[in-house]
Amino acid sequence: MRSRTSRLLSAGFLLVAVLSVVLPFLALVSAALQPSGTLVPRLTWPDEPHWDNFLTAWSMAGFGSLLASSAIIAVVVVPISVICSTLAGYAMGTMRMPAKGVLFAFFLAGLTLPYEAIVIPLYFSMRSTGLIDTYWAVILPLVGAFMPFGIFWMRTHFESVPTELIEAAQLDGAGRFRTLMQILIPGAKPAIITYALLTFMWAWNQFLLALILIRDPARRTAPSGLGTFVQQYGENIPLLAAGTIIVIVPIVVLYFIFQRKFVAGLVQGALK
Amino acid sequence: MTTTSPRVREETGRKAGSPRRSRRGWSALLYLLPALVFYGTFTIAPWVQSIWLSFWEWDGIGAATWAGIDNYVKVATDERLLVALRNGLGFIVFYTVFPVVLGLIIAAVIAARPRRGSGFVRTVLFLPQILPLVAVGVVWRYLYAADGPINQVLTAVGLGDLARAWLGDFTWAYPAVGVIGTWVTTGLCMMLLLSGIQKIDPSLYEAARLDRCGPVRQFWHVTVPGVRAEVVVAVTVTLIAALASFDIVYVTTGGGPGYQTIVPGVLIYKLVFTSNEVGLACALATVLSAIILVFVALIGRIGRRNA
Repeated sequence: MRSRTSRLLSAGFLLVAVLSVVLPFLALVSAALQPSGTLVPRLTWPDEPHWDNFLTAWSMAGFGSLLASSAIIAVVVVPISVICSTLAGYAMGTMRMPAKGVLFAFFLAGLTLPYEAIVIPLYFSMRSTGLIDTYWAVILPLVGAFMPFGIFWMRTHFESVPTELIEAAQLDGAGRFRTLMQILIPGAKPAIITYALLTFMWAWNQFLLALILIRDPARRTAPSGLGTFVQQYGENIPLLAAGTIIVIVPIVVLYFIFQRKFVAGLVQGALK
Repeated sequence: MTTTSPRVREETGRKAGSPRRSRRGWSALLYLLPALVFYGTFTIAPWVQSIWLSFWEWDGIGAATWAGIDNYVKVATDERLLVALRNGLGFIVFYTVFPVVLGLIIAAVIAARPRRGSGFVRTVLFLPQILPLVAVGVVWRYLYAADGPINQVLTAVGLGDLARAWLGDFTWAYPAVGVIGTWVTTGLCMMLLLSGIQKIDPSLYEAARLDRCGPVRQFWHVTVPGVRAEVVVAVTVTLIAALASFDIVYVTTGGGPGYQTIVPGVLIYKLVFTSNEVGLACALATVLSAIILVFVALIGRIGRRNA
């Protein structure tokens, strides 16, 4: 009897938790399907769902081009970050080198760094070098800011590789670079894919850097475009809701496909 | 220190008769080079530059004048900056304390017995963690609106008196924005703590049951002590998110009404782009990163002592 009550209680508790996450999304979808310009969307499924709001948001409100900017930035940031972190993590995890501890601490210091602390000087130096308003203005700092986590993550992976494997490859005459490319990369694939997904997500979601370093509306990223749009057209709720959905769908789809990797990356990345 | 020690090691290496190894030690640095270049140029250099700028008075356009520690004096005395820092620290309650407590309870309930759909529960609860915070802010801005869903529900259940423009209300705007932070970070805390609970030796629970401990006492005596390490991690991660918060506040309230919800990140933005006080903004940014570093170091120490 008592266990049944506690079972019901805990199931009810979980249900409330799930609803608190799901209901805001349902409200968002219902708002996106109301007639455009509705001031006070009711919390109901509209009689005639206005799917055309998505078309309007995509073309007229410019969410299509915002998405393209975000995609370009993410697609450049991910491979550069992966290559740099893999090389550095390989060195940190398997090689002897001078001042290794100091270097590692130097990288780790970046893990706590708030973007607020670097964005102002970045703004002025990007302005004086003419990089401001180009995609590079966001790409370069993002790669730099992703290095601490990336090196940490890849180092952890390469440290877990048995040293015999590396020694055997080197006895066979393989140099360090060939050992990495031919022997170690295949085993490192899961770690690399997780890291790539996380950097993609962080690059896609990044707001502060994108807002300040790309102020040209034609090159804005999806989050910074959404942040600007809400201040200009905040009253057109259906259009705003449709735009929001357009911005989050790519990342949500990725999450549902690679759910385990996202969770494992964020949880283990934090725990290590 | 960094420049001399490698040379010393290289020389002693040579004396020991293995010049090859020490040369290879240097070549290892080549693998580090690309990462160092990006990190050094686009993260560390601006960081140092920001500290340097904090000692100047500069409007961002004209000539800068040396200000010594004037900007830091202002950080400690100017009401706007103090409010921002206080609000940032207060967010720790919403970004860290509530999510860790809630996350622990949810994780304990999930771990208590295998249940159909618990994978689904985890997936859904973790979802806010991967969304762009700007989008989260836009959603909640709508939920909190004067005629928005929350007020519609309140009115529908007869609590219409409670309905208000949450984000424009001097008393309620701050907790309303804080709740958004709780909504975002609870899933991550739950996942971290769940991984901790699953590492607890099941025999501990059995022993507790033999001692006639009910579920609640098992929670206090076995689960809570067992996940200490994970709590430390969850606190560290969410604390940085609280102090460095920007996106949600910028989108929902912009720091208003008045300075009710201003946080350091939003004030730094305003100082640079609205009132042209670049030096002061950099001083605030430097204080912010110092606070974060101190907190992280403290939590790390507490964590080690407990372990």
